[in-house]
Amino acid sequence: MSPNLRIAYRFLTAKKRAMLMSLSCTILGVGLFIVTQATTSGFEAFFIETILGINGAIRIEDKIQDTMRSMEAASGSDFQVRQREGQKYIEGVEEPQQIISVVSEFANVRGASAVLRGNVQLTSSFTTKDAQVFGINLEDHLRVSNLAEKITNGSLDEFRGSPSGALVGRVLADYLQLGVGESFVVFSRGESRRFHVSAIYETGYRDVDKANVYLHLSEARSLLRKPTGATFIQISLYDSNRAPGEAAHLEEVLHYSVKPWQVREQTWLTAFRALRISSAITVTVFTLIASLAMFNTLAMIVLEKTKDIAILRSMGYERRDITQIFMWQAGIVLAIGAALGALFGAGVTWAVGRVPLPINGIFKTETFVVAWSARHYVEAVATAIVMVMVASLVPARRAARLEPGDIIRGTAQ
Amino acid sequence: MKPAPAVVSSVRGELALRCTGLHRYLGQGEGRVHVLKGVSFEARRGQIYAIVGPSGCGKSTLLYLLGLLDQPDGGQIEINGHLMSNSDDLARTAARGAHIGFVFQFHFLMLEFTALENVMMPMRKLAKMPVGEMEARAHALLESVGLGAKSRRLGTQLSGGEQQRVAIARALANEPSILLADEPTGNLDVKNAGMVFDLLTSLAKDRGQAVILVTHNPEIAQQCDLTRPMRDGVFV
Ligand SMILES: Nc1ncnc2c1ncn2[C@@H]1O[C@H](COP(=O)(O)OP(=O)(O)OP(=O)(O)O)[C@@H](O)[C@H]1O
Ligand SMILES: [Mg+2]
Repeated sequence: MSPNLRIAYRFLTAKKRAMLMSLSCTILGVGLFIVTQATTSGFEAFFIETILGINGAIRIEDKIQDTMRSMEAASGSDFQVRQREGQKYIEGVEEPQQIISVVSEFANVRGASAVLRGNVQLTSSFTTKDAQVFGINLEDHLRVSNLAEKITNGSLDEFRGSPSGALVGRVLADYLQLGVGESFVVFSRGESRRFHVSAIYETGYRDVDKANVYLHLSEARSLLRKPTGATFIQISLYDSNRAPGEAAHLEEVLHYSVKPWQVREQTWLTAFRALRISSAITVTVFTLIASLAMFNTLAMIVLEKTKDIAILRSMGYERRDITQIFMWQAGIVLAIGAALGALFGAGVTWAVGRVPLPINGIFKTETFVVAWSARHYVEAVATAIVMVMVASLVPARRAARLEPGDIIRGTAQ
Repeated sequence: MKPAPAVVSSVRGELALRCTGLHRYLGQGEGRVHVLKGVSFEARRGQIYAIVGPSGCGKSTLLYLLGLLDQPDGGQIEINGHLMSNSDDLARTAARGAHIGFVFQFHFLMLEFTALENVMMPMRKLAKMPVGEMEARAHALLESVGLGAKSRRLGTQLSGGEQQRVAIARALANEPSILLADEPTGNLDVKNAGMVFDLLTSLAKDRGQAVILVTHNPEIAQQCDLTRPMRDGVFV
């Protein structure tokens, strides 16, 4: 143990009670920081996982038509100024099969599925509801979504085998009081057609579960009177984090508007981030109190120990040693506080993740969703270290500036 | 303490400390006092010096300057041939640690530490030997001031005189060439005062240290090699 740490430890143990405030606030600050980050990023991760499962990593929609204006810069010059005046979008994908075959060449692409979407009304014997139908090629779509895992009633095999089969979301099915095998009528543009429930799925994402009905692509084509083309092509990737780069590449190659999930879900992702940051700031108040308490306690110890400071200085301890002695005291409290705070945070995170706490908002889950990440711990501890150390620096530097002669004569300021 | 080494004879008589024309003002504004009015002084290794004089004449003030704990307003201080009065805080601190032992007139110990830890404190900073050796040396020093049995006691569990003796042992920890002691026998009974003085004398004679002590005790002053009487901020 270094002499300075040894002295710091002894000064500190003589002032245990005074340090308690700082210590307990450090524990709370670190612990609660971890808990809030674990829950907010838990929900974020859950959201991302759900949304990737339903909508895939990338969507290709709308053909881009550039309107260019060319002009010659100067006579005889090789330069041509090409100015992009604006982009016109043509809704939908004209040649889905062709695009899918191009897309499938990309190494990171796991699957691509053409989807035809339309707004409809659903009527059961009980009531009527607005909904969206999605015409899909089941095998393609299973490769770009986790629909298969989300089936709660009925079976996909039944859907495969029957053209009038439909996959209906849990919330919508409940609203229309539809069970597996029961039939309902779909209205679209004056056309009506009867389908039956092959299976009911539940993604946990309410917006989807209350509105989306999956039909066979051919059935959807004739219902929506769209014999060719698709509304969009849904793509799943092996590495979803690389979606923005892949999307940009695809956009260039295909001349279609290609949106990665990070852009598509920006609103929600931004909301999650804001929530995560604001909760971090809120619980940092504890760390702030810890640093103020540390400032206070150290200032007190400096006052009480001026004589000891003079003695240390008289026997060759430098100003830097005096600073260190006081910074070490903060360091010891921080070390204990961070360790206990991390344990406390982990404990509460674990408990929160276990407690049955059904949530039924934009998502449906049975327990609080928590994410375990070393980053939360590092961030929590780093925040505490920075704040407490900065607060400690003031009394520590003050102690170091004291002149031994002034202390001995009792004229130290 | 271990027996004196033979090298001592070579250093004995060497100039350890020299100050010339020291001035020091204390206080502010109306209360500003000219405490030291041009003090010059030399101390050689192997000699023991006594500074005597009435209370308030500036003895402690002079000792703080010589111990590099305070800065003079005028004049120069040389320690072992190096001019220290102009040097920076770091150099003066290093000189304090390596060359000077200081015994304060009051407040002697760091009270949260045991006698042994107090004595080891300067050694730990200097870090010139393994901890085991430091501990053995600290024990020997405490033994020499008659406190071998109380080395594990906290500062708070020692009497004023005992604390003073621990402070003397601590001042000797790094074998300084100069020992400055402000009334080292002030709180001691005759027997212990005699013991401490004998220790200081033997340090000067056997180890070749320059010992400068402030004392009110005429008997002790008489036994020193040189006595410098002080009055009103100057040697007389
Ligand atoms: N901060 C100060 N402001 C003004 N005068 C001071 C201050 N500190 C000390 N003095 C004066 O300086 C003079 C010398 O003080 P010093 O402590 O050196 O005396 P001393 O010789 O050690 O006395 P004693 O034998 O009582 O210890 C005294 O007259 C004292 O009143
Ligand atoms: Mg004095």
